[in-house]
Amino acid sequence: MRLIQTLTKSAFVALSLLYPMSGAAAPLRIVIDSGVIEPMPYAVPSFVDEGGAGELAANITRVIASDLSGTGLFREIGPEAFISQVSSFGAPVAYNDWQAINAQALVTGAVTASGDQILVKFRVYDVFSGAELGEGMQFAGSPGSWRRMAHKVADAVYSRITGEGGYFDSRVVYVAESGPKNARLKQLAVMDYDGANIQYLTDNSALVLAPRFSPTGDRILFTSYATGFPQIYLMSAADLSTRALEQQDGTMTFAPRFSPSGQSVVFSLERGGNTDLYSVDIASGALSQLTNSPAIETAPSYSPDGSQIVFESDRSGTQQIYIMSAGGGEPVRVSNGKGRYGTPVWSPRGDMIAFTKQNEGRFHIGVMLVDGGEERLLTSSFLDEGPTWAPNGRVIMFTRQGAGEGGEASLFSVDISGRNLRQITTEGPSSDPAWSPLLP
Amino acid sequence: MSILTKALIVIAALGLAACNNPDRNGAAPGDGSPLNGTGINASGLGDPNDPNSVAYFNQTIGDRVLFAVDTSTLTPEGRAVLQGQAQWLASHPTYAAIIEGHADEQGTREYNLALGARRASAAQDFLISQGVAANRLRTVSYGKERPLAVCSDEGCYAQNRRAVTVLQAGAGV
Repeated sequence: MRLIQTLTKSAFVALSLLYPMSGAAAPLRIVIDSGVIEPMPYAVPSFVDEGGAGELAANITRVIASDLSGTGLFREIGPEAFISQVSSFGAPVAYNDWQAINAQALVTGAVTASGDQILVKFRVYDVFSGAELGEGMQFAGSPGSWRRMAHKVADAVYSRITGEGGYFDSRVVYVAESGPKNARLKQLAVMDYDGANIQYLTDNSALVLAPRFSPTGDRILFTSYATGFPQIYLMSAADLSTRALEQQDGTMTFAPRFSPSGQSVVFSLERGGNTDLYSVDIASGALSQLTNSPAIETAPSYSPDGSQIVFESDRSGTQQIYIMSAGGGEPVRVSNGKGRYGTPVWSPRGDMIAFTKQNEGRFHIGVMLVDGGEERLLTSSFLDEGPTWAPNGRVIMFTRQGAGEGGEASLFSVDISGRNLRQITTEGPSSDPAWSPLLP
Repeated sequence: MSILTKALIVIAALGLAACNNPDRNGAAPGDGSPLNGTGINASGLGDPNDPNSVAYFNQTIGDRVLFAVDTSTLTPEGRAVLQGQAQWLASHPTYAAIIEGHADEQGTREYNLALGARRASAAQDFLISQGVAANRLRTVSYGKERPLAVCSDEGCYAQNRRAVTVLQAGAGV
C-alpha cells in the first residue's frame, strides 16, 4: 500500500512536469453504472516468450484482448501504433511512450512453457499515473488450459479497472441445434463463455431443453424427452453420468433450477394439464409442492440467499412475474408494465431480475429491480428469450430466434446497460444458454 | 422362413416401433419429415377409406384439433372431431392413444410446454367424457418444439396450435 502511494506521488510529480496544465491524473477506473459511452483505450503488447512458449504467447495475448475489448468498456490500441516494444517482462515501463499513444492502461506479460506446464505472468499499469495497478500475478497450468489462463488474466485486469468481479473464466451450457425447424435435433453442449472449446454432452437422439449449471458448476440439470415424455435429469459435469431426478407416470417435469446450496432443485410438474412448482431434495428425493393453483406456474429461479423464488404465472390471465418464499406461500406480483413477462432469473448480486417480455408482437430481454421498479428493456427482436446472468451480474446471455423457415436460434449477449449487443459464435444454431459460476 | 415372411416381420416390427414412438408430432403420413420414417408409417396406416385403418382415423375422422392463440378451450369443430375419435376408439378397443399438445412459436419455451399440456389435457378430458377409458390415453406436450408449419405468420401458427391424437397399437398406454 505504502509502495503504491509512493509510486503514485512520484508519478504525479513526473506527470505535472510533462503536463503542467492538466492537474492530477484521474485514477484509472471505469465505473460501469455511470453511463460509460467511450471505451477506455488500452494496450496489450504480445506477451514475451520466456522459453518454449512459441505461438502460445501471442495466442494468450489475443484472448486477453478479445475478452477486454469484447466488453465494450475497453478499446485496444493495436501494435502498429506502439512507440516502444515490450521485449522483456522485467524491464521498466516507458510510460511516456504509452501516454503518447493515449493508452490509459497497459497490460504486459510473459509465457513460459516446459513439458506439461505453462506459466503466464502479467502486470497492469495505470499509464497516466505512471504506476502499476495492483501487483503482478502468475498462473500455472497445463498447455490445454491456456485459454483459461488468458481469461484469468483478463478477469484480473477487468476487476482492477472496474472494481467489479470478472466473468471471462466461465463456461456456458446450452442446446446445440441442427435440422429443419419442424424436426429440430437438439443436444446439450458446453463452451467457454466466448464460444471456444465446444464439447457435446449428449447426442441428438432425444430432444433436450434448457440446461442449468449447479452453483459450483459440477452438475447440470436439463429436460429430456429420452423416455418420450419430458422429464428432468441431473448430469455430472465430470463424467456426464446422468439420472432422472423426478419421474412419476402421467406427469411431465421441466424448467429445473438448482437452489443456491446446490442440494435441491425447483421445477415445474404438470399433471392433468395443470402446471405447478415443486422442489425436490437431490439426496433424499423428498418432494415439496410450492404452488397449488389452476394457473401455469413455471420458470422458477431462487434469490441468491435461497430465501425466495421468482417465477412466472398466468394466474392473472397473462404471464406475469411473482415472488414467493422459497417454501411456498402467497406470492407477490412484481411485473406491472404492459405485455407479458416470463422466464425471470434472479441476478447473482440479488438486486435485479432479468426476464423475457412480449409486447405488441415483439420480444425483449429486460431487467428490473426485485420490487418491479426501474424496468429497462435491453433488446428487441422477433423472438428473444431465456436470459442468463454472467457470474458478475453485469452481462446477460440469451437466445435470439429468427423468423420463418430459415429462422435459426443463436446466442447473444448484452450488457445490463443495454449496450454491447453481441452474437456468440458457435458451431451451429444454438439456444437456451446458462452461464456457469466463475471457475475456481 | 421365406425371405418374404422375414421381410413382412421386419416391416411389421418397424410399423409397431413407429406407432409406439410418441415423437411423431402428428405429422401427416408421407410428409417427408426426416424424423418420421416416411414409408415405414405408411405400411401400418392402411387405406383412409377403410374405416378400420389408422389412416381413416388420422385423415377421415381427423387426428387433430386446433386452438386459438394462448387458449386451450376446445372449439365446436374440435369437439366434433374428438367425438368422432371417441366413437372410433370405442369400436377399436385394441388401440390406445397418446395425445400430443403443441403451441406456436409466439411464447417462451417453458410456458409453451405448459400450454401444450393444457391443450393435450383438454382433448383427453373430452375423450374421457365421451366414454374412452382413461387408461387408454396419455398426454405429452412438445410446446413449440415441433411445429408442423414453419412460416412465422398466423397461417402457420394456426396449424401449430394443436392437439394430435396418435394411435398406439395395444390396449393401454
